[in-house]
Amino acid sequence: MSGPTKSVRFREAIRMGMVEEMERDDRVYIVGEEVGHYQGAYKVTEGMLEKFGPKRVIDAPITESGFTGISIGAAMVGLRPIVEYMTWNFSAVAFDQILNNAAKMRQMSGGQLHVPIVFRAPNASAKQVGSQHSHAMEHFYAHVPGLKVVAPATCADAKGLMKTAIRDDDPVLYMESETLYNLKGDVPEDPEFTVPFGKASVARQGGDVTIVSWSRMVHVSLQAAEELAKEGLDVEVIDLRSLRPLDEEALVANVSKTHRAVVAYEGWPYGGVGAEVVDRIQRLAFDELDAPIERVTTLDYPMPYNAKLEQHVIPSAERVIEAVKRVAYRSA
Amino acid sequence: MTDHERHLGLYRQMQLIRRFEEEAARAYAQGKIGGFLHLYIGQEAIAVGAVAALSASDYVLTTYRDHGLALARGMSPRTAMSELFGKATGCSQGLGGSMHFFDVEHNMLGGYGIVGGHLPIAAGTAFASKYRGDGRVSVVFFGEGAASIGDCHEAMALSALWKLPVIFVCENNQYAMGTPLTRTLANDDVTARAAGYGMASDRFVCENVHQVMEHFDLAIKRARELSEPTLMEIRTYRHRGHSMSDPGKYRTAEEVEEHKRRDPLVVSRTALEKAGLGDKLTELDASVETEVQDAIKFADDSPEPGPELLAATTYKGAFAR
Ligand SMILES: Cc1ncc(C[n+]2csc(CCOP(=O)(O)OP(=O)(O)O)c2C)c(N)n1
Repeated sequence: MSGPTKSVRFREAIRMGMVEEMERDDRVYIVGEEVGHYQGAYKVTEGMLEKFGPKRVIDAPITESGFTGISIGAAMVGLRPIVEYMTWNFSAVAFDQILNNAAKMRQMSGGQLHVPIVFRAPNASAKQVGSQHSHAMEHFYAHVPGLKVVAPATCADAKGLMKTAIRDDDPVLYMESETLYNLKGDVPEDPEFTVPFGKASVARQGGDVTIVSWSRMVHVSLQAAEELAKEGLDVEVIDLRSLRPLDEEALVANVSKTHRAVVAYEGWPYGGVGAEVVDRIQRLAFDELDAPIERVTTLDYPMPYNAKLEQHVIPSAERVIEAVKRVAYRSA
Repeated sequence: MTDHERHLGLYRQMQLIRRFEEEAARAYAQGKIGGFLHLYIGQEAIAVGAVAALSASDYVLTTYRDHGLALARGMSPRTAMSELFGKATGCSQGLGGSMHFFDVEHNMLGGYGIVGGHLPIAAGTAFASKYRGDGRVSVVFFGEGAASIGDCHEAMALSALWKLPVIFVCENNQYAMGTPLTRTLANDDVTARAAGYGMASDRFVCENVHQVMEHFDLAIKRARELSEPTLMEIRTYRHRGHSMSDPGKYRTAEEVEEHKRRDPLVVSRTALEKAGLGDKLTELDASVETEVQDAIKFADDSPEPGPELLAATTYKGAFAR
């Protein structure tokens, strides 16, 4: 990072990205439930209605499929909408619009049409909000060709990836985390600062084992790495940032250095982005591996409400530590 | 049963819900309850009046704002409070929480967290009743905020087409989270659309529990005897914020006070006092108090569910990996 920076919270970093792009391009608008008058269900859009007015900060009724479809239509003919879901869980009722219209438009129209749109919301577990409100939705969407999926873990990336998403000419799904909204960090003030898609970053350097992660779990992985350092294991933590496209080169380069990897993320163990990461590594760097790759995921159950059981099901630093030790053959 | 006795019974249910939720709010502040907690305070007369008009075998379903309906249906405050506390003794063994109260024994088929997503489910239970000819009626409650979502339309269109014994009850409390009615619906008469579906409708402002019962009597008769759906819209008001995290800054204190003056629970209380039943009310209030305090103690003392429940509640039999 060069140039002046500003210390902000994660939610403000997202907002900075949106506000700067809305100032730069009047085709950009935001629509969603409670984004305007209420100032955002999680206050990400606070002050935006006052700044841009109701033409560009639009409160919608509870009609996810409706306002998603309308925004896809608007994007096809030249606008650049940002669609906020109150949480990614509720995008499930708009899934058909995202899957069958946003993702397919370019191909269906033989390249005549495209959909420059950003879908954004908090994703994955919050705190005791139960099975219908705790989904890690990136796994569903990253499966779909035609979509791009990003998931920042730091404030700078939150701003930079948002700006790249808005400038992108294809649908981008931007995954936030309620648990990160209050995180503080420095972000560049330069309005031309962007973060490219498909480029992972190194959150921590280390030579013994690579942990691959994204979003909130980067922070959990860093915590695990600190603990492991006390036991003499030097762990590298990779923050993917972008899930589709995926930074294969970074994965291969890292595993060629450490020869051991753990993928730590929220979401169920069956398939998903983590399984994709494992496939790429084993396919592209098979000879580099000294141990099977492990995944640390949400346990294979709907999310229980009970606080202890929820913690039991969500991937924890302890589980990451155990997995790292296993791949390093340091288990008891 | 005399009219007064019946009224006292209804009053007690409303008072139980009110006090249960006031104590739940306190427990939430103490950190005993987590996640979301949506209170029904102000709307109790609707669940209580509806349940009084229904038979025990009828199905009821609602949103995440579900404590009132569950208690009215007969779920014990112990079971309900335990669920809020995430305890194994809760109705959903502590796995569901506030938004997901289920009580099959009392045909309370759930509280649902996805706005509008439960309307087709209720059309489905009604479909099954018609299919089996079991004479049951299904009643589904939702907010005016749900009136715009696709599932709402599809559930109503199919229920009218297939003549299903279901009652769609829009509890129009005039706010969907922080969004007032004026910014949710262009036509604020939710029942206007019933004609488009070819469905009967009924629309009124909730003033007291008896009036709710009477309106339900008609819709239930239509469902049970003719197997026809009804779209009902009941104007009401929630006294508290949308959930515990909502300070409700989008409405004025005067507006809230104005509605509190017309609180159907107070209306019942005043009528019963006027009828000379003040002593009886004092007695009932005391028994409600005991029941609610007992529920808290029970929930506090109850064990938490263990991880062995998770696999057992994900698949029947062998776990499909
Ligand atoms: C599909 C979906 N979108 C958004 C939400 C978040 N949300 C929960 S309750 C609510 C407001 C609902 O208002 P209303 O239907 O009027 O019911 P009330 O809460 O007033 O009883 C919203 C937007 C959700 N649960 N489901």
